[in-house]
Amino acid sequence: MSILVTASDWIIPLIMVGIIVYGMLKDVNVFEAFIEGAKDGLKVVLDILPTLIGLLVAVGMLRCSGALTALSKAISPMLSFSHFPSEVIPTLLLHTFSSSASTGLMIDLFKTYGPDSFIGRLVSITSGCTETIFYTMTVYYMIIKVKNSRYTLAGSLIATLSGILAAYYLTLKFFGI
Amino acid sequence: MLNYIWSFMIIFAVLFSGFKGGMGEVTTSALNGAEEAVTLCIKMCGVVSMWMGIMRIAEKAKLIDLWTLKMTPILNFLFPSVPKDHPARKYIATNLIANFLGLGWAATPPGLQAMVELQKLNKNKECATHAMCMFLIINISSVQLIPINTISYRVIYQSTNPTEIILPTIMATIISTLIPVLFAKFMYRKGEN
Repeated sequence: MSILVTASDWIIPLIMVGIIVYGMLKDVNVFEAFIEGAKDGLKVVLDILPTLIGLLVAVGMLRCSGALTALSKAISPMLSFSHFPSEVIPTLLLHTFSSSASTGLMIDLFKTYGPDSFIGRLVSITSGCTETIFYTMTVYYMIIKVKNSRYTLAGSLIATLSGILAAYYLTLKFFGI
Repeated sequence: MLNYIWSFMIIFAVLFSGFKGGMGEVTTSALNGAEEAVTLCIKMCGVVSMWMGIMRIAEKAKLIDLWTLKMTPILNFLFPSVPKDHPARKYIATNLIANFLGLGWAATPPGLQAMVELQKLNKNKECATHAMCMFLIINISSVQLIPINTISYRVIYQSTNPTEIILPTIMATIISTLIPVLFAKFMYRKGEN
């Protein structure tokens, strides 16, 4: 455990030092290059901002309307044949829209059931193998103004679903109910 | 597509809360969402600029070319339609490495640059290419190796063994990346552009 935490503390500083030292060895004016890149970084963020405003407004409204809760209630009975806990469904649904919001729900589940419960382990694993679909798709496609995303959404939904199913199966195999 | 998803989210939210009650809260969260986006961007300004600065050093030192070269077999398999010397390749390679290491903030700038470069190869500018679909599907399927955030939350909530989920998470990630990649690969084959 402590090794992992130390490793994650070290990774960013090591990358920075590594790249800077390598740059100096190759005779790059590193500080000048850094500032040049950072300046472009500001432009990138400014390009994303309008998209982000549109997206977060829509996500905020959808969350607040209670539509996601209703949707999870509608899905729950369909899963009654398995051991899949319906408590996890809101977290999974929200995760396709916003990772910070679904992290909040994951913490709620940790508080209520504990991280070592079946539910706690299941959300721990699903949160690691899925990403926010709508955020990524919107930001990446809006910046180049592509309107027809073809099979990106289908592929992303396949990724999410296979991740959830794999997480469920692996939680059962590794830890049992 | 995004056009419809976005409109549907807002229309559905308004209709649903009209039916359920609590429209005032919907107004508040719309305004909060807009504010949150700006706050997030201010935070992003710092982190994204820092990473783009570091990446520019790596680019000038030809370090990016080096790791792009190392990833040639993977890139050839995943993106056969991107020419060998095209700049899109180095941005894709950098984005994949950053994702793999769990550096989400460092992955976004090269990811966006990769899209800009892929768009230059695109004949129909309004329609995504196979390479774009493949690239986004991989990004969404998450290829992070160690779920360090989840582990730290498990520590905070007193798990007796916070790291026990690492192995199943890696296995689940491999499955949730492999299956959609195979799907995208299958779609890739069907058409040329």
